[in-house]
Amino acid sequence: MEIAAKTEENILTKESMEILDKIISRYKGKRGALMPVLQEAQEEFGYLPIEIQNYIATQMGIPASEVYGVVTFYHFFTMVPKGRHTIKVCLGTACYVRGGKKIIEKLKNDLGIDIGGTTPDRRFSLDVVRCLGACGLAPVVMVDNDIHQGMKPSKLDKTLEPYK
Amino acid sequence: MSKFLSKQDLEEYRKKIINSRDPNKIIIALCGDTGCQAYGANKIADAFRKEIKAKNLQDRVELKITGCHGFCERGPLIVIYPKKIFYQKVSEKDVSEIISESVVNDNVIERLLYVHPETKEPIVKEDEVPFYNRQQKIISGMNSVIDPTNIDDYIAIGGYSALEKALFDMDPDSIIEEVKKANLRGRGGGGFPTGVKWESCKNAPGDIHYVICNADEGDPGAYMDRSLLEGNPHSVLEGMMIGAYAIGSSEGYVYVRNEYPLAVENVNIAIKQAREYGLLGENILGTDFSFDIKVTRGGGAFVCGESTALMASIEGLWGEPRAKHIHTVVSGLYNKPTNLNNVETWANVPLIINKGADWYSKIGTENSKGTKIFSLVGKVNNTGLVEVPMGITLREIIFDIGGGVPNGKKFKAVQTGGPSGGCIPEEYLDTPVDFDRLTELGSMMGSGGMIVMDESTCMVDVARYFLNFLKDESCGKCTTCREGIKRMYEILTDITEGRGKEGDIELLEELGWVVANASLCGLGQTAPNPVLSTIRYFRDEYEAHIKEKRCPAKVCKALIRYEIDQEKCTGCGRCRINCPVEAISGEKKKPHIIDQEKCIKCGICHEVCKFDAVNII
Ligand SMILES: Cc1cc2nc3c(=O)[nH]c(=O)nc-3n(C[C@H](O)[C@H](O)[C@H](O)COP(=O)(O)O)c2cc1C
Ligand code: FES
Repeated sequence: MEIAAKTEENILTKESMEILDKIISRYKGKRGALMPVLQEAQEEFGYLPIEIQNYIATQMGIPASEVYGVVTFYHFFTMVPKGRHTIKVCLGTACYVRGGKKIIEKLKNDLGIDIGGTTPDRRFSLDVVRCLGACGLAPVVMVDNDIHQGMKPSKLDKTLEPYK
Repeated sequence: MSKFLSKQDLEEYRKKIINSRDPNKIIIALCGDTGCQAYGANKIADAFRKEIKAKNLQDRVELKITGCHGFCERGPLIVIYPKKIFYQKVSEKDVSEIISESVVNDNVIERLLYVHPETKEPIVKEDEVPFYNRQQKIISGMNSVIDPTNIDDYIAIGGYSALEKALFDMDPDSIIEEVKKANLRGRGGGGFPTGVKWESCKNAPGDIHYVICNADEGDPGAYMDRSLLEGNPHSVLEGMMIGAYAIGSSEGYVYVRNEYPLAVENVNIAIKQAREYGLLGENILGTDFSFDIKVTRGGGAFVCGESTALMASIEGLWGEPRAKHIHTVVSGLYNKPTNLNNVETWANVPLIINKGADWYSKIGTENSKGTKIFSLVGKVNNTGLVEVPMGITLREIIFDIGGGVPNGKKFKAVQTGGPSGGCIPEEYLDTPVDFDRLTELGSMMGSGGMIVMDESTCMVDVARYFLNFLKDESCGKCTTCREGIKRMYEILTDITEGRGKEGDIELLEELGWVVANASLCGLGQTAPNPVLSTIRYFRDEYEAHIKEKRCPAKVCKALIRYEIDQEKCTGCGRCRINCPVEAISGEKKKPHIIDQEKCIKCGICHEVCKFDAVNII
């Protein structure tokens, strides 16, 4: 249970169990329920630590290994908490050939974190995505739910400023 | 709203909507697609609403938030009907002028018009813009006319009349015959004949059959499926309903990428409205055909676009492909016969049913019929979505529609087929686009990504890029795919970082052969394509990296350095201020220099210099 030890506070409080129960009950008896349950749980908590996975597994009667397998298979799921804002740099082909790589390098340098990392003040998490479907405006960077188009390394500071 | 209980109900309702609409009403169609939203379309929409209210024009003008119009480079876009005035790069500030000049009065605002790049003449109408006038938008054209969140808009343009025809004038066999005769081939990449697939699924034993729409759109650099689902979701649903009726299915799924929140939202709204109208559910239009559709969101895994992995994912498992000794049309989702088609494939179906196979098969080439939507992106002037008849040449798409390569640079290659595809060089630009011709060139049609590359794109770096992608996306089941792609990636990394050696190219070719031939699913089978096709057409570039330690496109960091031209530098200090590692020094108004020890080669100095004084060597 090494990973579990890494999460800072106990996330599995009474309230969070109630939230999870509510999500699970909505999918009770439905086939293919694990994915949407995990998706909703992550939307709720921001990440899926082992405690939450175990709880979901027990409540849904699914082996914990299967839940873990699904969580680690899909890029969308994360087991570490994220910052207040998530920066997603698109490295789809269109963004790549228009200079997406330079943007990710500048961000790594400026924020002092690697892809998948979170700044110590929890302001930003840095991620890479493969195409946001805004290829016509490449290169693009998504901060939370806002897509910023035509990015350049020199425009980054100004773009990130409003996200406190 | 009461449900339609018969064909007449739907037809009468359609007539009612059309009659209730004032044909003289001015419609401002604003693109509200993900792309234009990034340009601020939502704010423009608010400004229009406010202005229309303030001027009390609700009776004369209607604002319609539509799907993607295609010309993303020039967004935000609006078209004012019925005159089809086309305004591009519209901003919030222009709104009140648009209302007073082009709605209240009958004037055109010249500043917002598209200017013909050659004749320099402003163009007023959408269909006269060169980007549009070569296209044949039979599938995507309705995107800019209808509000995708309003089923009435779709019904008013004749939507669901193909379903009527299928249910009342045809039987399952004649529908399949029609689709076969139209020679519709799958738009998801493989180009498999759709009618044949439907027939096999229909004939597969079992009481339950499923139909699925593949909206995973994993090809990075392609977004036509997103734009169809966002902009005209009912056309996809209608296609699925017709397919389900032909195959004998009562349950369908749309498997959509989680990265597409607006597409998820719009398709869910569309399904809800179709249910309310009785177009989904029990006894559709009073017949004994019952069918419903569920939406499943993906989890961001490229391999889940593959049919068996996708079905595993819908079942809530991790998406690992399985061997297809038994095809999914016989045993797919929950081990039942399952028919999977791509978004664009489904969207073609209503058209074929309505207009007939004879009409449809007049478009295109002998073995590739109809149109194809491409996402024309990368180093091209007019980026956006283009729908063209099959058989058009690559050159026409890139140069006539796309307006060629920007900044006076030279065209180098076009990448089609996504990570499974390949790069096609200039000498083959006159190749007509169809499934078989692109495969002959070592690439493929794929789902429709078309990424243009210019002389400043390094082909070795591009190959490495794709393998990096595929290495991460390989599910790990087959050793050849899991390990082979990784080894190829390492060799390419060595080459781009100056450690390439004699024999690397041959080793890549050999490994590529093994990966392609010994992997289970399409991911591994096609993974070497980006490498093999670039070796085939750009071997000299590989050799320059390996033998001369030189990157001809000046991209590979380890093989280049930045230097300031002492003659051109004016000493303005822009580069010095912007350099993130303080590697640039120099006195004001005197030429600056870069400390090569400190330089991280981020390229910002090159980007910000106004005098073109930073050279890449
Ligand atoms: C690795 C891999 C990824 C794929 N991704 C997609 C995809 O994102 N969208 C899609 O429609 N088809 C994708 N396909 C093709 C599907 O397996 C399948 O052939 C297709 O959805 C069938 O529909 P069609 O006949 O209408 O093209 C992928 C195939 C492979 C091997
Ligand atoms: S490649 Fe970046 S949005 Fe598609």
